Amino acid sequence: MKGGRAGRGDRAAYPLVLPTWATLGVFFLLPLAILFVVSLGQRATYGGLKPIEDLGLYISSGKFLANYARAFHPIYLQIFWRSIWMAVVTTVVCLAISYPVAYYIAVTAPLKRRNLLLGLVVVPFWTSFLIRTYAWMFLLRTEGLINHFLLATGWISQPLELLYNNFAVLIGLIYGELPFMILPLFASLEKLDLSLLEASEDLGAGAVATFFRVTVPLTMPGIVAGIILVFVPSLGQFIVSDLLGGAKTILAGNLIQNQFAVARNKPFGAAVAFGLTAAVLALLFFYALYTKRKGQDVLL
Amino acid sequence: MRRGSPVTAAYSWLVYVFLYAPIAILVVFSFNRGKQTAVWEGWTLDWYRSLAKNDLILGSVRNSLIVGAVATVVATAFGTLAALALGRYEFRGKGATRNLLYLPIIIPEIVVGAALVTFFGVLSLHLSIWTVALAHVVFSVSYVAIVVRARLSGFDRSLEEAALDLGARPVQTFWRVTLPLILPGVVAGALLVFTISIDDYVITSFVAGVGATTLPLQIYSMLKVGVTPEVNAVSTLLLLVTIVMIVIAQRLQQPPAEGLRD
Repeated sequence: MKGGRAGRGDRAAYPLVLPTWATLGVFFLLPLAILFVVSLGQRATYGGLKPIEDLGLYISSGKFLANYARAFHPIYLQIFWRSIWMAVVTTVVCLAISYPVAYYIAVTAPLKRRNLLLGLVVVPFWTSFLIRTYAWMFLLRTEGLINHFLLATGWISQPLELLYNNFAVLIGLIYGELPFMILPLFASLEKLDLSLLEASEDLGAGAVATFFRVTVPLTMPGIVAGIILVFVPSLGQFIVSDLLGGAKTILAGNLIQNQFAVARNKPFGAAVAFGLTAAVLALLFFYALYTKRKGQDVLL
Repeated sequence: MRRGSPVTAAYSWLVYVFLYAPIAILVVFSFNRGKQTAVWEGWTLDWYRSLAKNDLILGSVRNSLIVGAVATVVATAFGTLAALALGRYEFRGKGATRNLLYLPIIIPEIVVGAALVTFFGVLSLHLSIWTVALAHVVFSVSYVAIVVRARLSGFDRSLEEAALDLGARPVQTFWRVTLPLILPGVVAGALLVFTISIDDYVITSFVAGVGATTLPLQIYSMLKVGVTPEVNAVSTLLLLVTIVMIVIAQRLQQPPAEGLRD
């Protein structure tokens, strides 16, 4: 029975994966390919695609790259730069906040409480980003709870402008992405062999040296996974910047949305979308190289 | 031996407060009598009552439920089959299938939304709740595949072989042996799909046509006009539904016996 497994297996797999291949092939890969073609086109006066009269000339004149070239205009570069530094700040702050929490859940907390503590991180991980962002809108508004509290206690005499600035967007991003950092860190810390920490201390290393020279290197896979899981979504953020940043804090995600919904310049929006995708895929390529080297477990 | 100081514990609880306080405040203020939402004026259920009379919200809930149900059934079926293929067969294209399943999770939602709306435009497909349901299937198949695949790693194949040896047909073996064993994973995957579906804003906002407003789209448009206690009430209900689903999914995914460590 067992000897025949490999041979029997090969073909039986195809009907099982066919629905997924068909769905993702037609409604995911093909749309992405079309979006790429659109990013090489030109916008017509009323928002559609302009027909190309002479394809040879269109290519040789370099017009097919016009949307990508346009993205290098300082106005847009400023938006991309803001997206990047905000994603970096979000990632660094999330890592700093999360590591001790993940350490607490995995190493310090009593075992019988571990599932509860972990569950309390998993719940916000899956709950609506929109509502969690709204919660901060509710707190930070001019008539919001924080201003109300500060006015009532006499700390301030005028309500502060807490909403619609970079600071509000950063708070929203950090708040939203925090669970995505805690969970991978926990997964790594949970596998940490505590006897190695004891060995390090027995050999005379202090707590700080043990942490930076034993704990951190051993949990590096979790740190890298957390960085990816926070940085990538932050880079493509749209809801947080729209609700908490308003018109002043436009990120790459808002720029794309705007080209499709308001400005009706789909080719340019498509080009920005592909720039974003390329950046994300490049990051994940390096991540894949890293995990391959480390031999980390795979999900599928 | 467990390690770490009381400071780690106290600090961690502070982070938990940071995670939950904003949501808790939002929920509490959905019961606030005052229309001016930052001042507490006593308890009321008025905002929930006015939700029940708000046709826009009721319509969006209906749309969300239809989309969620369709997406859940289709994505759970497809994702489970894909997980079975990945979990037990060595076939040509296995690596490509894995990568294909990772992509919808990896590629920013805004790009997927833009690609789908462009694609529907090329096909001259009328945007409706069905285009929304289709989009939701696309981004949720992967989650089911991952959750069910995790369940399969502890799967004892000799049980299936025994059923086949005892004369059960492959289809019978699947329904009577395989499916009951992986069912917790399948149900957990289905609950996650439903949760992601009723929460999704970004992709839905691209592919929803007129009359296909889902609950998150409705909440968003209300937020853009101004914060009212009704938004808090509807958000509270959505949170409640999703949290119940996640807790059940979480329970189902936990392995029966967890190895203890010192």
